[in-house]
Amino acid sequence: MNPIPAIDYQQQRFMYQPCLEQTRPADAALHPVVVIGAGPVGLVTAIDLARQGIRVVLVDDDDTLSTGSRAICFAKRTLDIFDRIGCGQRMVDKGVGWNRGKVFLREEAIYEFDLLPECGHARPAFINLQQYYVEGYLLEQARQHSLIELRWKSRVSAIAHHADHEALTVETPEGSYLLKARYVVAADGSRSPLRKMMGLESVGHTFRDRFLIADVKMAAPFPAERWFWFDPPFHPNQSVLLHRQPDDVWRIDFQLGWDADPVLERTPERVIPRVQALLGKDAQFTLEWVSVYTFSCVRMDRFRHGRVLFVGDAAHCVSPFGARGANSGIQDAENLAWKLAFVLQGKAPDSLLDSYASEREFAADENLLNSTRSTDFITPKSAVSRCFRDAVLALAREHAFARRLVNSGRLSLPATLHGSPLSSADSAPFHGAMQAGAPCTDAPVLTDTIPGWLLPHLGDQFVAMIFAPPASLSAALLPALVRLTEGGLPLRLLFVSGAQASAEDHTVLSALGDSAVQVQDIEGLVAQRYDGQPHTCYLIRPDQHVCARWRTVDAAALAQALQRATGHEPAAQAAPVLDAA
Amino acid sequence: MSLNTAPNLARPDDFYEALIEMHRGLDDATSQDVNARLILLLANHIGGHEVLIEAMQRARAGVDPAVSAALAEAA
Repeated sequence: MNPIPAIDYQQQRFMYQPCLEQTRPADAALHPVVVIGAGPVGLVTAIDLARQGIRVVLVDDDDTLSTGSRAICFAKRTLDIFDRIGCGQRMVDKGVGWNRGKVFLREEAIYEFDLLPECGHARPAFINLQQYYVEGYLLEQARQHSLIELRWKSRVSAIAHHADHEALTVETPEGSYLLKARYVVAADGSRSPLRKMMGLESVGHTFRDRFLIADVKMAAPFPAERWFWFDPPFHPNQSVLLHRQPDDVWRIDFQLGWDADPVLERTPERVIPRVQALLGKDAQFTLEWVSVYTFSCVRMDRFRHGRVLFVGDAAHCVSPFGARGANSGIQDAENLAWKLAFVLQGKAPDSLLDSYASEREFAADENLLNSTRSTDFITPKSAVSRCFRDAVLALAREHAFARRLVNSGRLSLPATLHGSPLSSADSAPFHGAMQAGAPCTDAPVLTDTIPGWLLPHLGDQFVAMIFAPPASLSAALLPALVRLTEGGLPLRLLFVSGAQASAEDHTVLSALGDSAVQVQDIEGLVAQRYDGQPHTCYLIRPDQHVCARWRTVDAAALAQALQRATGHEPAAQAAPVLDAA
Repeated sequence: MSLNTAPNLARPDDFYEALIEMHRGLDDATSQDVNARLILLLANHIGGHEVLIEAMQRARAGVDPAVSAALAEAA
């Protein structure tokens, strides 16, 4: 495959260097944004901000990447985000892609699922990739942005709030200094020191159970599928989860129960027999990592506190069944970055940042609900709960309805942001999933006859996606559209047509300028997935979420929807609030 | 559609005897398991969410005064 010599990301150490505040304090100025925490969420935030032209200082209290076995399942939406910020292919090339899973009860497979049953998507439902690879690749991506300044061994020890900025006290090997920023993004993990410093809490439920996680290196015949066992013969009365990772490393989670001794269970004498029971006594393997964990489903009441925005585990924590932790954190980052950029660039009022909090609190509730339900099924809280859980499993062998109730994890899907104040309500009927608040779905397209995908044409800026060839627009519409592309809230134009671009289309595209592109909906899947009838027009946000759609191209409607989507209009006519799925 | 609590069993006495007979020879723990499975099978047959919720509320009302009050108000 790839002949580049492998970097051991777990061994990397980064250099502390004194910063301007320490060497030339008189020259130190107010920074637009400081991001605290160089984990996956902090790194994505920094990269996305830099892509928007915003200077970022990213501080981390350490000088290493993540070690051991932490996040491994990165969902399709996350891969779409990685693609947009420029490192998706690297992640996919290294990672182990998977779509399918099996659930076993004792020795028997009772349930199979496919998370991406349809074709016509660039990326798989999931890849498995060790967190240190994800961070390593993100870090290398971040280093390509001169707008990002990384400060290692820089620990925030205090925060002082001022009218127009935050002043962070940062501790370094050479003493402390004051770091001032208009906005602070707290991506400092589940134990978030900044959250504690501000006297805030994450509230929810901690589960009375313990899990042993083991990273085992071995050549094994299992396919790249998520396998989950209830009460297997090799680990009676408990659950086991198996995932394949790159480098022939397998991640195995063994449920131990609340009474297990976490110190004792980490020892090789305890772990090796469990792995041998799963693989067989003669299996050849090495233990790469072992730890015991408990988990919680908790969140902060509000993710925004003035000029401080909390993202990722600092804002919300879930149990791992369903892979909704890192994935939702990365979705937080992409939701926040464009909004912060717009505010800092004077394109939107500060109140736009309130929508980060409301949208991602909503998404967090969906993730917490799903993770909690899965954990209740895997770790029933009472005897009667266990009784029903076992009843579902007993019926699942024969009955499809019971298989649907088996919950070993509802795998991460990006939330549709129902009721968002940035959305405009539909004024015509549409069917399908691409309603306001939905993350855009992918589809194959041809661009200048070259096969590719829809999603790379969306994102980073607002895009009007028009289901018509440019030549079919009325001439009267063109100047208004050009004004929108050149305005204070710049808009790109994406035309989706069934046929290839004609000569007349090319003429109109030139008149519309650099921000207009036409793609061919080669399999009709864009029109199908978006209910794209002729002249249907979608307004898509910089984070590739739908915020408005119409059955005609109306420049005034586009302008108004743009205003609402950037927090300029009151939410009086926001899309109706629907129940979370 | 709300829960039907008017007489609707085709053969009430036959049903009742069968329900008890379903547990013949089973110890208490196994009976619990069988009851749980019966609930799931019947719930799926009924399907409608509001009806199922109302049935569960009425079942709990006997032991939970807050639920009885809520049901009385909704009536």
